[in-house]
This record gives sequence, C-alpha cells and structure tokens, in this order.
Amino acid sequence: MRRVVVTGLGMVSPLGVGVTDTWSRLIGGESGIRRIENFDVSDLPAKIAGQVPRGEASEGRFNPDDYVPVKDQKKMDDFIIYAMAAAKEAIHDSGWLPQDAEGQERTGVMIGSGIGGLPAIYNGSIVVHEKGPRRLSPFFIPQSLINEASGHVSIAYGFKGPNHAVVTACATGAHAIGDAARMVMLDDADVMIAGGTEAAVARIGMAGFAACRALSTSYNEAPATASRPFDEGRDGFVMGEGAGIVVLEELEHAKKRGAKIYAEVVGYGMSGDAYHLTAPAEDGNGGFRAMTAALKRAGMTPSDIDYINAHGTSTPLGDEIEVGAVKRLFGNAINTVSMSSTKSAIGHLLGAAGAVEAIFSIKAIQNDIAPPTLNLNNPSEACQGVDLVPLQAKQRPIRAALSNSFGFGGTNASLVFKEYH
Amino acid sequence: MSDIAERVKKIVVEHLGVEEAKVTENASFIDDLGADSLDTVELVMAFEEEFGVEIPDDAAEKILTVKDAIDFLKEHATS
Repeated sequence: MRRVVVTGLGMVSPLGVGVTDTWSRLIGGESGIRRIENFDVSDLPAKIAGQVPRGEASEGRFNPDDYVPVKDQKKMDDFIIYAMAAAKEAIHDSGWLPQDAEGQERTGVMIGSGIGGLPAIYNGSIVVHEKGPRRLSPFFIPQSLINEASGHVSIAYGFKGPNHAVVTACATGAHAIGDAARMVMLDDADVMIAGGTEAAVARIGMAGFAACRALSTSYNEAPATASRPFDEGRDGFVMGEGAGIVVLEELEHAKKRGAKIYAEVVGYGMSGDAYHLTAPAEDGNGGFRAMTAALKRAGMTPSDIDYINAHGTSTPLGDEIEVGAVKRLFGNAINTVSMSSTKSAIGHLLGAAGAVEAIFSIKAIQNDIAPPTLNLNNPSEACQGVDLVPLQAKQRPIRAALSNSFGFGGTNASLVFKEYH
Repeated sequence: MSDIAERVKKIVVEHLGVEEAKVTENASFIDDLGADSLDTVELVMAFEEEFGVEIPDDAAEKILTVKDAIDFLKEHATS
C-alpha cells in the first residue's frame, strides 16, 4: 500500500482564522465560546456558541470577501465559504498548485459536512411558504448541497481527480480524511484535499440540537465555562462552526517535490454502534472497535500513542463512555498517554470537528504539546484514571496521536497520525 | 417609465458584479457579462420583483441582452 503524508493545513475556527492563530490561542488556554449576537436567542435554551469571529482580516477576523468574490457569495451557504477559506490556506501551505493536466487530474477533493446548508434550507423554506415557489433562488440547491464544497474547491483550483463528500454527522471530518487517505493509498489520486466544514449555528440548528437535549444550557451567562468535557459540571455540548482541511499526499510524490511533511497518516478505523439514533452504546463498544481497528491498520500498540484527541463533547453520557473505552483498550498504557478534548475551547464543530481535531493532533506531534481540556476542574468519577490535560497545555514528547470522532447514527471513526522523519 | 433602462442596468450591475460601463444595451448577459444559466434565471427573478411583473418561461428564454430586458419591461412593467 502507498504511504500517505500530510503536507498542508488550513482552518477557520471560533478561535480565529488560520492554523497558526487558532493553535496559539488553543495552547494559551483561550476560549472561542461567546454569547450569540447575530440572531435572536431569547426563546432558545442554549444562547451561546463557538462562532467564527467576523470582521476585518487585519484584526485577525474572518471576512468572506477575502476568499469569495461578493457576487459569488449568494451561490454558497456559509459552510462552503468556510471550506473555501480553509482550502486556500491548506493548498498554499502545501505549495501544490498544479497547472498541468496530469497534476490536476491526479488531485482530488473530499470535503464533507454534517448538515450542509441548513440556514439556506431554512431561508428557502420561508420564501416558498410566504412568496411561493417562483420566488425561490436558482442558487438555493447549489447553496445547500453538501458536496458543493468539494465542487467549488475543485473549480477554483482545477483539481480534476476524485470529487467526493462524506456525510457522517459528527464523524464527518475524520471519515473524510481517512477515506481520502485510502484513495491516495489505492492510487486513485496522488493528492487529496480533505476535511470537513460546518456552519449550522442558526436558529434552526440551535433549536434542533436543543430539542435532542444535547446542548449545554446552564452556562449561558458564562459562555467560556460551558464546554467542560469530563468535568462533573458538564451538561451538554456547545455548538461550534468552522472548517478544517488538510492536503494528503503520496509520500514519494511529496518527497520528489521537496514538500514540507507534517506527519504520516498511519491508521484509520471505523465502526457502527447499531444501537441508537443519538446515544452511544453504553459499553463504548463502537468507539473501542474503531480505535482498535485504527491501531491495527497502523501496526501499533496503545503504548505507541502519546496523545489522544478525544471526541469528548461535554455530554454527561458520551464523555464517560469514551473514557471507559480508552481505559479498556489502553490497559497499562493509560499511565503514559495524555488525552484532551479541544472542544472545551471551540465547542463542537459537528462535521468539521474531526478535521479540525486531526489538525490539532498533527500540531501536537509537530510541537510536542498536548492542548488543554479547559474548565476541567473536577473530573467526574468515571473520567478519572487518565491524564486529561486539565486547564493548561502540557509539553511532552508526542510520537503519535489518535483522534476520535463519533457521530449521531452510531458512526465512529479513529485516525492515527505519526511523526515523519 | 423613462427610467426603466436605468433600473434594468442597475439590477444587472448588482447581480452580475460587472462594471456599469460594460452594461450597454446590446450586451449579452452570457457572452459579454459573464453570466451562466443560473445567473440569468436569477436576473429574470430580480426584474420580476423590481417591476411587479410575471415573466413566463417562454418569454424569459428570449431575454438574452440588456435591450431584450428593457423592451420587455417597457411593454409589461406595472411599477
């Protein structure tokens, strides 16, 4: 099987625009969770979210005009615009901008989203209801289709290889990277632009997850403390938005052009719970089998893993089940691994989460730093017995990292990244 | 009704993001102003909204240039 390395990183997150800014704020213990100001939350039980800071680029904020011409923005819901921004950063970071037919045909795109253009669908529904079908924009469908993120990126850069999109709820970003890596391994492409994007922080998205009783509702007055994975006081996840995109490249292809190599994708494991629409199986069997499969694919044992980026959404049930599965799998190796949930700082980016967290795992390897789990003051009883990197980042050797993502529908994905010399 | 031409040009400039000088009466939306088939559908909708008129599909298919739009609207506009 061909080997696959990561040669480019790109991100838009509640902590800022770009990987460098986001990572330094993450390591500095900053939170991107704030009160929602751009729409009415008075009748919503959850009034906070991790939103991408909007404003001028010179102030480190996100301005869509920097990535998509104004006249084209009406053709894209925000999840596509975030993907365009993260893809631009990742592609330029990798230096892979082929102008020849072969280079373009051997480069594909695999950007998924959990929900896609939910705000566009909401607004389109109102138009049809109030003004009738003749008033609906011809861009309504392309605005909201999930695979249009991959479509727009391919059009912007001329990438004519496999063009695909994953949809597996909160495991989307991890599945996209894992599946795209396999396309490179199997010689369908030499380079894949892969990741996830999400922009569902809107009234209907907030109402929907609130109706599932999945969101934190007790910390509306202290937003930065609301996402508290593994902590006794946790009461649900905090919605987030953004995008994470990586450039995956066949090893020899990367070496030949002298590309900077961040890490190697060595493991990818998947499983299904076959249990419940929204709740994880109580014995953690699904996550356990995804992690086991990823390690097997990597040819590694738990003692080879120094850092785990947990799914850790800050829900009462999910966090304990994940910790239980990790402890069962790791055995004695639990004493040497560090595990944290970066959702404590940015919230849950749903379909983008797995991709953003894969990038955090890669940065952890690159810098030998485990990012912190914010607000972890008192780990609940079932979450004890493992280093959860409470409150502050931790400098430590990180040779390899495992990143977990579990989604509604009982879908699980684990990725393993390893340092490359 | 004398300002119909100006109102049409303004809508074209806004929706297609083109310079005003390029929006001459003989300019074709697709060939000269960079529109695609979806853009032209949206333009027709914008004309309908602005001029309070319904443009049936068979008539919309014949609106290919700025002048086509002005001529149609001069005849049918209600607002």
